[in-house]
Amino acid sequence: MRAGQKLGLILLLTPLLLWLSLLIIIPHIDLFLLSLRERVGVRQYETGLANYRTILTEPLYMVTFARTAMMSVLATILTLLIAFPVSYYIAKLVRGRARSVLFLMCLVPFWVSELVRTFGWMILLRESGVISGLLQWTGLAAGPVEMLYNDAAMMVGLVYTSMLFMVVPLVTTLDSLDDAVIEAGYDLGGSGPSILREIVIPHAMPGIVSGSIVVFMLSLGNYLTPTMLGGKDSLWFTQMIYSQFIVRFNWELGAAFGFMLLILSSLIVWAVLRLTGQTLEKTMG
Amino acid sequence: MTTPLPDLDCDALTKRFGASTAVDHVSFSVRAGSFFSILGPSGCGKTTIMRMIAGFLEPSSGDIRIKGRSVLDVPPNKRPVNMVFQHLALFPMMNIADNIGYGLRRKGMTKPAIARKVDEALERIGLPGIGARRVDELSGGQKQRVAIARCMVLEPDVLLLDEPLGALDLKLREHMKVELKALQTAFDTTFVYITHDQSEALVMSDTIAVMNAGRFEQMGTARDLYYRPQTAFVAGFVGDANRWQGRVARAEGEALEIKTDTGLMLRAASPGRKLTVGDRAEVFVRPEAIRLAEDAAELAHFDTRISGHVATILFNGAASRVIVTDPSGADIGVTLPQSGEFAHLTRGAPIHVGWSGDQGNAFVMTRP
Repeated sequence: MRAGQKLGLILLLTPLLLWLSLLIIIPHIDLFLLSLRERVGVRQYETGLANYRTILTEPLYMVTFARTAMMSVLATILTLLIAFPVSYYIAKLVRGRARSVLFLMCLVPFWVSELVRTFGWMILLRESGVISGLLQWTGLAAGPVEMLYNDAAMMVGLVYTSMLFMVVPLVTTLDSLDDAVIEAGYDLGGSGPSILREIVIPHAMPGIVSGSIVVFMLSLGNYLTPTMLGGKDSLWFTQMIYSQFIVRFNWELGAAFGFMLLILSSLIVWAVLRLTGQTLEKTMG
Repeated sequence: MTTPLPDLDCDALTKRFGASTAVDHVSFSVRAGSFFSILGPSGCGKTTIMRMIAGFLEPSSGDIRIKGRSVLDVPPNKRPVNMVFQHLALFPMMNIADNIGYGLRRKGMTKPAIARKVDEALERIGLPGIGARRVDELSGGQKQRVAIARCMVLEPDVLLLDEPLGALDLKLREHMKVELKALQTAFDTTFVYITHDQSEALVMSDTIAVMNAGRFEQMGTARDLYYRPQTAFVAGFVGDANRWQGRVARAEGEALEIKTDTGLMLRAASPGRKLTVGDRAEVFVRPEAIRLAEDAAELAHFDTRISGHVATILFNGAASRVIVTDPSGADIGVTLPQSGEFAHLTRGAPIHVGWSGDQGNAFVMTRP
């Protein structure tokens, strides 16, 4: 490689390397070191695994994590179930202008911040909100109905927030499926469900897996939606990290929480990839 | 003895897309076990016919009968026809055996029976033991055969082929032509083949329909189309031909004398068609029907003789051509005899060409 080319490559890579090292790698190393610190007295610290021991022995922490993971899996499945028909419709059934319009309609909500979108749901679902008012007006409900601050409302918010991240990879993979292959399926005697099972879903698998990973990670790491739409019982793991850092000022335990979240979510993604026979290169490439 | 029912019978088949008519009252029937081709330029409506037979498009009017029964109400997955797609459309997510067994699985056949039939089919197409391979590991010709086998295991009444050789390179295409014909004989199934490549149609078909602008121009054997074209389109589309436009100067029954727009006097025939003096006419003469001579006296027995000089020699082995420029400056393509007598021919050399009047095919020009 000539010196000029080498310099160009370095210059091109510099922003990426800076971003990776300054914002991802260095904070994580710091976080990891922090999580290994045990407080033994006032301003007295020792290195050890006490924080991790606390997490594993205190049921509330593990239960909250398990609950967060289960809810995130559920949100991912729901998002997939809703996004798949939508994506199939956009990628295969509409043509030309209508197609870009529909795609844009999926995108437009993401031009406003997540906070505003979540407020939108609060306006709809709250006691004095639109749906409650509608129910009373039609006589279906006698008094105001509170639909906020429960797991269902939170799930609605999570699915809504994640839709786009499922639709985009699905549309891309479904788009690459040749229409003739679907027609060949029909021609050879296949019915709608069998073609979906044997042809469309196997083809869309990389898109399904990559969309699911993104949605799962986003849900797991979401703070805003569970806080605003979830109820007293809907404790989310990120809220616990927040409370350790900000409320309890126990940075050591908070850092250990953060690391547990990283490790456990990576394990879940790895397990899903193994189960579906996909590789990270195939789904992300 | 009654004639057996045709395998496929299309009756006044019509398909309109909005205001345009893609297929216009096309009727034909295909004898059981024969190889039928629809030959036409792209956009002539041949794919539309095929998709209607397969069931992916609904005809605007007309009927499609397979073995005497109308299939208009039958969805594509229940029709006794199968289709080999232009780009084959093998299922990339399955291996070869699963591809071929797909239709059998849909029929609810047992696993051992499917495995046996798949092995049989692979044997038949000359690719035994490749069942476990992936689609993208096969060559173009192998994929082709797998695509046919995938349809043939279902024992369809009619196999539709939509320009399946289009994606192959020339050498392989030549080879697959012969192979397709052999497969058709081996499976003894009715093939309906659509193509824009006349050589594919001429080589393989029992019957060819030449299609243009939504209609069948002519239907017949390859020889019929080549030697006895009934329309100017067929004469120009099937095989090569020199073409002149002019006006009929003299007509004696089917023998005509035509004065071309460039001022030549040509003799021509119009078998089965009536042309009268003053009609605008188009004359087609095949390059191989024209004789070359260096001495005009050799051509004395031909009633059409033109003198000119050699413009170029297009060497292409047995299909070599001489382009002769006539006095008016127009080019005439003549097949170069390979007997060696013209081996020394050079550019600009004076040359004489001639042909007998019945080799010139004259048609009334539909548009001036």
